[in-house]
Amino acid sequence: MKLELNQVSYQYKKENKKILENFSLSMGDTERVGLIAPSGYGKTTLCKLIAGYLTPDSGEILLDGRRVSSYKGYCPIQMIWQQPELAVNPRLRMREVILEGDEVEPRILEALGIEKAWMDRFPTELSGGELQRFCLARALGKRTRFLLADEISTMLDLITQSQIWNFLLKEVKQRQIGVIAVSHNQALLEKVCTRQVRLDYAIK
Amino acid sequence: MRKENQADIVNTSEEGPILKIEHLNISFRQYESGTHQTQLDVIRDLDVEVRAGEMVAVVGSSGSGKSLLAHAVLGILPYNAVQGGRIFYRGSELTRERIERLRGNEIVMVPQSLSYLDPLVKIGKQIKRGRKDKKTADKLRGIFKRYDLNEEVEELYPFELSGGMNRRILISTALIEEPRLVIADEPTPGLDLRVAKRAMGHFRELADMGAGVLVITHDLELALETADRVVVFYAGCTIEEAYRSDFEKEENLRHPYTKALWRALPQHGFQFIEGTQPYVKEMPEGCPFSPRCDMCTPQCKGEVPYREMRKGRVRCLYAK
Repeated sequence: MKLELNQVSYQYKKENKKILENFSLSMGDTERVGLIAPSGYGKTTLCKLIAGYLTPDSGEILLDGRRVSSYKGYCPIQMIWQQPELAVNPRLRMREVILEGDEVEPRILEALGIEKAWMDRFPTELSGGELQRFCLARALGKRTRFLLADEISTMLDLITQSQIWNFLLKEVKQRQIGVIAVSHNQALLEKVCTRQVRLDYAIK
Repeated sequence: MRKENQADIVNTSEEGPILKIEHLNISFRQYESGTHQTQLDVIRDLDVEVRAGEMVAVVGSSGSGKSLLAHAVLGILPYNAVQGGRIFYRGSELTRERIERLRGNEIVMVPQSLSYLDPLVKIGKQIKRGRKDKKTADKLRGIFKRYDLNEEVEELYPFELSGGMNRRILISTALIEEPRLVIADEPTPGLDLRVAKRAMGHFRELADMGAGVLVITHDLELALETADRVVVFYAGCTIEEAYRSDFEKEENLRHPYTKALWRALPQHGFQFIEGTQPYVKEMPEGCPFSPRCDMCTPQCKGEVPYREMRKGRVRCLYAK
């Protein structure tokens, strides 16, 4: 599968500066692309656009030549957020949070080290690292083709970061899932990505 | 206010630590189903020392309760918290009366959340805390200059500034005083690496000017950029105290968890050990790291003392 961004522009209505201007990118499902830019250069905005949370002002985002917005039902592009505690419904038990995904296989839960007892807990009863494992599992449903990882290990300790990324690398290689990774950590991107794209050079 | 500070009784030479925390423990009373009360032991045994001119980082994963350390020193824990252990400031115990007098001038805190800024007070007035004398005004101008903040910012409200600018405002509120002790609680989240490094640099400068600085963070790599010593916090305990230079080589580190952290760095192999930090309600007996440790023996279920080793400290029976 191929993910293409053609001349994508976006501007938050209140600001007078375009946050993204004519940004283009093309990537295959065996690629892992690292996005680098200082804060305020629209890394998270770009992820939100690709995942369909925002609509570009101009330009198009295509998955195998078809507009991402035309896919009905489960979105094949899934996003994982920096702060897992803000990405889960605080009123759902973790068992129900996982059901929001697309028939997540039990082996994924197991490989992520998610313990059975955690399934009955509420999000506030888990640490950030434990919650992020659930968010990863939820995003790795059956029909996921691309993953957007926006600073997913910034708030975690180094061991959890390594656990999560090592699992993710194995999983996406096996299932041919493409990855766009955002991180301020250059050493991490070098380790997990096949190539890197600078956002601040792309925008004048 | 200054006079009051100078009258603060100090019965130690300048050589002693500015802040010394011994066996700090913090638990929360919670109601579980009706009137049944439980105790949640969030911090069980925390030891830290900060000397004048020194920057010490307490590093622990998010949600491990390390912010409570700052709140305990400042005396601002919530009402249902129970605190044990002892805190000494410049040689004598930091009692409630004493911290109430010292906080905000001699002891300052840079909080984690930008929501600590008053949204209804202009930046300048907020930093100066209402003082209108020329000395304070000059000082503020100097601080703004150093942090690339325009003078007009004084007349703005927090909502008119970006996150990074507000972060600098929070740090400025600490600098306008002449603090002997600065406690910064996770001061860099949401800042990109360059700005985060600069923020840590500001704290380094405060230490170089003679203050004791305690930075609480989850980011070991950032802490290693500027701190003199690193205290590693794991599941409610301090498990190792090491010098920055100890992190250059794995052999120099003491605790098996710290060594595992080192090996997990992307540039040091990106390895990992299984498992997670134990949940507060399921804390193992004895060493909290024992379920994940390959050196663990039945002795680890007993009490594990925090002992001196190679100028640092470690809470492990088998560390060499």
